[in-house]
Amino acid sequence: MHCTPKEDEIYIPVPYNLEIPILFADKLIPPIIPANNLLTIEGIALGKKLFFDPVLSGDETQSCASCHSPQKSFTDQQPFSIGVAGNSGNRNAMPLFNLAWNFDERFAWDGKEFGLERQALEPVSNPIEMHGDWKKIGRKLAASSSYKDLFLQAFGSSKIDSTSITKAIAQFERTLISGNAKFDKYLRGETSLTAEEQNGFNVFMDESKGDCFHCHGSDNNPLWTDNKFHNNGLDNVFTDLGFGAVTGDPNDNGKFKSPSIRNLVFTAPYMHDGRFASLEEVIDHYSEGLKKSPTIDPLMKRVNQGGVQLSVVEKTNLKAFLQTLSDYDFVRNPAFQK
Amino acid sequence: MKKQHYLLLLMLFLVTRCSEEIECCVQPEQADVTLNFTHYWDGIKLSNQDLNQLKFTTKNGENVSVENLRYLISELSLIDSKNYHLINFTENTGTSISLSGFTNGTYKLTFRFGFSDEDNTDGAYKDLNSVNFGVPGMLGGGYHYMQFDGKYIDNNNEEAGFNYHTIRAVDKTEPDNLKFEDTSFNVDLGTVIITKNTDIEIKMNLAEWFKNPTTWDLNKLNTVLMPNFEAQQMMRDNGKTAFSLGTVN
Repeated sequence: MHCTPKEDEIYIPVPYNLEIPILFADKLIPPIIPANNLLTIEGIALGKKLFFDPVLSGDETQSCASCHSPQKSFTDQQPFSIGVAGNSGNRNAMPLFNLAWNFDERFAWDGKEFGLERQALEPVSNPIEMHGDWKKIGRKLAASSSYKDLFLQAFGSSKIDSTSITKAIAQFERTLISGNAKFDKYLRGETSLTAEEQNGFNVFMDESKGDCFHCHGSDNNPLWTDNKFHNNGLDNVFTDLGFGAVTGDPNDNGKFKSPSIRNLVFTAPYMHDGRFASLEEVIDHYSEGLKKSPTIDPLMKRVNQGGVQLSVVEKTNLKAFLQTLSDYDFVRNPAFQK
Repeated sequence: MKKQHYLLLLMLFLVTRCSEEIECCVQPEQADVTLNFTHYWDGIKLSNQDLNQLKFTTKNGENVSVENLRYLISELSLIDSKNYHLINFTENTGTSISLSGFTNGTYKLTFRFGFSDEDNTDGAYKDLNSVNFGVPGMLGGGYHYMQFDGKYIDNNNEEAGFNYHTIRAVDKTEPDNLKFEDTSFNVDLGTVIITKNTDIEIKMNLAEWFKNPTTWDLNKLNTVLMPNFEAQQMMRDNGKTAFSLGTVN
């Protein structure tokens, strides 16, 4: 829609209601939508366009989607993402879904960003990542008549700056909802699990076996994460302090956010530094590979023996269960593609 | 003429004042009450600065630290309707409960630690699901009563973790025929007199969980306590002396 200046002044964006999966509505408190950035159809559409537009990077070669590809559950399947200058950082690109249910609103592996809008600021200007200049980006977008119209429709103002850009991107990101994996269908009574998958779920939920549920949710928490920060026994000595570098508290050293275990088949490699190439390696870590350090989480069991000592069958079953949390509809959703 | 005007104004003022006073006086005085949950290791009051330090000693002699402590109370007697509250010492949330509308009087102060069986409905509480406080279905579902995690120095002089997690006790001797015992318990802190806005301190002595009546040996009972029927019974019994009434003012 192209508006005349007079129409511009009265354009009111159309409110958008998130399509909340039934399990989320039944089991969880409502998602967090900031009062100063309510979802609108126009805001989301603008955010999506910006998310896929390389204009946000310094040399206009990379967009947010370069490291957060929809087909890969919004990761890049690299240990470390490569930025515009060919340099890599030291953190694995996190998947993006169900972000509106991160109730503490701490984002990134180390929780350094508070709020989704603020999170979107950092990668754009980070010299190792997109190395963009927010002022230049604002000017470039303002020089585009189509973007000016889109901002006007989304926010009632053609002023384009980092605030309005990140607001739009955050609106789009809040629509990235994953809640239709096989296990969701099982919980809705639409399908059944194989014996292997069911046994794997039991390993996951059994405090004397995997004991995964204390940090990674359950059939009553479809997020499959607590969105908290834990030291899960990766290292004896930390080269990356993680949450501790953010809080300044040495008791938080070596802690990183528990990622959701949804969509793991799309998001290898694993951990904050992408050190594990496969799910087998991840399971082996918790079974035999735990390393002791002063801040290791007390929920890590039998650390002195290296972990929970799962049998080969238990490991196979656990992997089978984890794969039931793969949401193919999410990674193929046309609304999330470029 | 001027005098009459003043007189009228004076009468109008007095009538207005009077009606205000009458409205004011028919309202019963109401007070606010704030319950503050505080945490002690015997005589030492804990703050967040005390987390993660192996500075406390159990009756059995193990040095322990507190890393994570959150617990659930329900049936708080000062609230007429059904209620429950998650108290998270580590994150400083829920440690203060504000209530209003109390008329002068003497009130019983009781609550239940955890949920009664009737209220312990699996998956029913969205706020508790959202913070991962549930109990696996294989243990009967429902919710934790408490998650108390920390570290201790074991008999090999090494640091080890403990997960003092209390839930409804479940006997899994026959996996297809689980037997449950409601191990939530009532806490009776006596009565409080409320005549004005009042702060009430409710103290939890963490040391009691390891002390009375069972002297807790962390080398034997440290993790995987949720499916341990006898451990749940012992934790219930020890927890019954953990709470006391603190200052009321």
